[in-house]
Amino acid sequence: MIEIDSITKAYGAIKAVDAVSMTVETGTITVIVGTSGSGKTTLLRMINRLEEPTSGEVRINGDSTLSVKPHILRRRIGYAIQGHGLFPHYTVARNIAAVPRLLNWPKDKIRARVDELLELFSMDPAQFRNRYPAELSGGQQQRVGVARALASRPDLLLMDEPFGALDPIIRTRAQEDLRHIQRRLGSTIMLVTHDMEEAIRLGDRVAVMDGGKLVQYAPPAEIIAKPATGFVADMVGDVERPLRLLSLVPLSEVVEDGAAEGEPLPADASLRDALSACLWTGRNAVPVMRDGATVGRVTLTAIRERAEMRA
Amino acid sequence: MTPGLILRPLLILLLLALVLRPEWFIPLFAPLAPEGGPVIYTRSSLLSLSLSHLALVAAASAAATVVAVTLAILVTRPAGAAFRPLSRTITNMGQTFPPVAVLALAVPALGFGAGPTLVALFLYGLLPIFENAVTGLTTLPPATMEAARGIGLSRWQRLIKVELPLALPVTLTGIRLSVVIALGTATIGSTVAARTLGEVIIAGLLTSNTAFVLQGGLAVGLFAVLIYDALVQLERYLARRMGG
Repeated sequence: MIEIDSITKAYGAIKAVDAVSMTVETGTITVIVGTSGSGKTTLLRMINRLEEPTSGEVRINGDSTLSVKPHILRRRIGYAIQGHGLFPHYTVARNIAAVPRLLNWPKDKIRARVDELLELFSMDPAQFRNRYPAELSGGQQQRVGVARALASRPDLLLMDEPFGALDPIIRTRAQEDLRHIQRRLGSTIMLVTHDMEEAIRLGDRVAVMDGGKLVQYAPPAEIIAKPATGFVADMVGDVERPLRLLSLVPLSEVVEDGAAEGEPLPADASLRDALSACLWTGRNAVPVMRDGATVGRVTLTAIRERAEMRA
Repeated sequence: MTPGLILRPLLILLLLALVLRPEWFIPLFAPLAPEGGPVIYTRSSLLSLSLSHLALVAAASAAATVVAVTLAILVTRPAGAAFRPLSRTITNMGQTFPPVAVLALAVPALGFGAGPTLVALFLYGLLPIFENAVTGLTTLPPATMEAARGIGLSRWQRLIKVELPLALPVTLTGIRLSVVIALGTATIGSTVAARTLGEVIIAGLLTSNTAFVLQGGLAVGLFAVLIYDALVQLERYLARRMGG
C-alpha cells in the first residue's frame, strides 16, 4: 500500500503540488491525469524523491520514503519514462539487468530474470538479448524500458507518460500489454498521463490533478458518471461520456441468450466495440464468443439500457 | 572502405622500412643530399628517435587527457559550473601561447632536454580535449540521464557508468586532434635537445641536406596519418556501438 500524506511542493510562492493525499492499494493501477502544469509529474517524481517534497511524506508499506537515501529508495521503485531512456551503450540484457546488478544479484539469477522478462514482453531472448537499443523499433525500446523498470520486482512501478512517444496503433497495443502483465505479476503501478482515454482504459482508479490539487480520485466509471468539478467534466469530454462509459463494460456483463447474425465479438470486448460493430455493419445485435463457442448475443437495446444506467 | 584496406598496410610497411631499414632509401634520397655528403642520418638510429618521439607525445597527451577530462568533469558538476569560464580561459591560454615560446621560457626552469618539450606539448594539448569533453558531458541524452537517476544510480555511478562512456566518442575526437598536433609540434623540441625525429629535420636544415629533412618529415608525417586513422577507426567503432 502506498500512502501519500498531504504532500506539497512549492517553488517560491507557487505550489506545484498542493497538499495532495491519496492511498494506492497494492496490485492496482492508479493513473494520475491532468493538463500540463497540473503538478501530476511533480507528484509522481516526489514518490521516488527525484523531487524532494517541501512538506508531507510518502509511505510505502508503512515505511516513510524519507528514511533511506534517495538512490537506495529508487532501487526499490521501478521507473519508466517517455522516450524509454535506455542506456545506448548497453545491450538489451544489460539495460534490463541494471537494477539487479546494483542490488548485487548473483549472475545466473540476473540472466534468468532478463530472459523471463523478455519472454513476458514477447521478445525472443536469443534474438534480442545482445542487441543495442538503437537496433530496436520504438515499440521494442519502450517494452525494454518497462522490463528494466520491473526487473528487480519493485514494490511499486512509476511510469511518466510511458507511451507518449509511441504512434497510436502501437500505443494501444502497449497499453493492453501493460494491463495484461500487471494482472499477471500483481504489480502496483502509478502512471502519469495527459490522456483521459488512456487513464480510463488502464486505471483501476483515476486521480485527476488541476492546478496542483487533487480534484477527484475515484474509479473510472465514477469519474465519467459523476465528475467532481467542471474541470474533470471537461477532461472527460461531454460528447464522449456515454462512449467512455460503454468502453468500461465488458460484453460478458450484458450478454443474453439468443442468436445473432454476422461476425462474433469476444466476451471481454467492451460495449463500445459492440456498438461500433452494430453501427458499422447495420445489425441490431452481435453474437458473443467465449473460448471459441458462441455464448449468446448483445443487442443495441441492451447497450442503450446500460448506457442510461450511467454507472 | 577498399582504398583504406590497401592504403593502410602500404603506409605501415613504408613507415617500418623507413625507420628500421633507412639504407633501402639511399637511391631515392641520394639526389637530394649535398655532393659527397651523407644521404642517411646515422648519428642516432631512426628507430630510437621514433620511440622517444612517440613516448614524449604519449606522455604529454596522457597527462593532458587526465587533466583536461578531470577539469571537464569538475566544471560540468552543478557545484563546479561557476568555474567553467575560468577553466576555458586557462586552457585557451595554453593553446594561444606558441609552443616555441613555451620552450624558450621553460628551458631556464627545466634545463635542456625532454622537460620543456613535455610542458609545451601538454599545455598545447589541453584545449581540444577539454572543449570536447565538456561538449560530450553537457550534451548527454536527457531521457537517459533522467532514467539513470530514476533507477537508483548514485552520482558517482552515473558519472562512471553512463556519463563518461557516453561522452567518450566526442572526447576521443579531442584527444585525436591533440595527439596529432603534438606529433608535429614535438619536432621543434629538438631545438632544445629533446630526442625526437625533429633532430633529423634540424640536422638537415643546418647542413642544407634535403635528404635528412625529407627522412624526418616523412617519418613524422606517416606516424601522424596512421595514428590519426587508428583513432578515427576507434571512434567509429564506439559510435557504432552506441547507435550513432
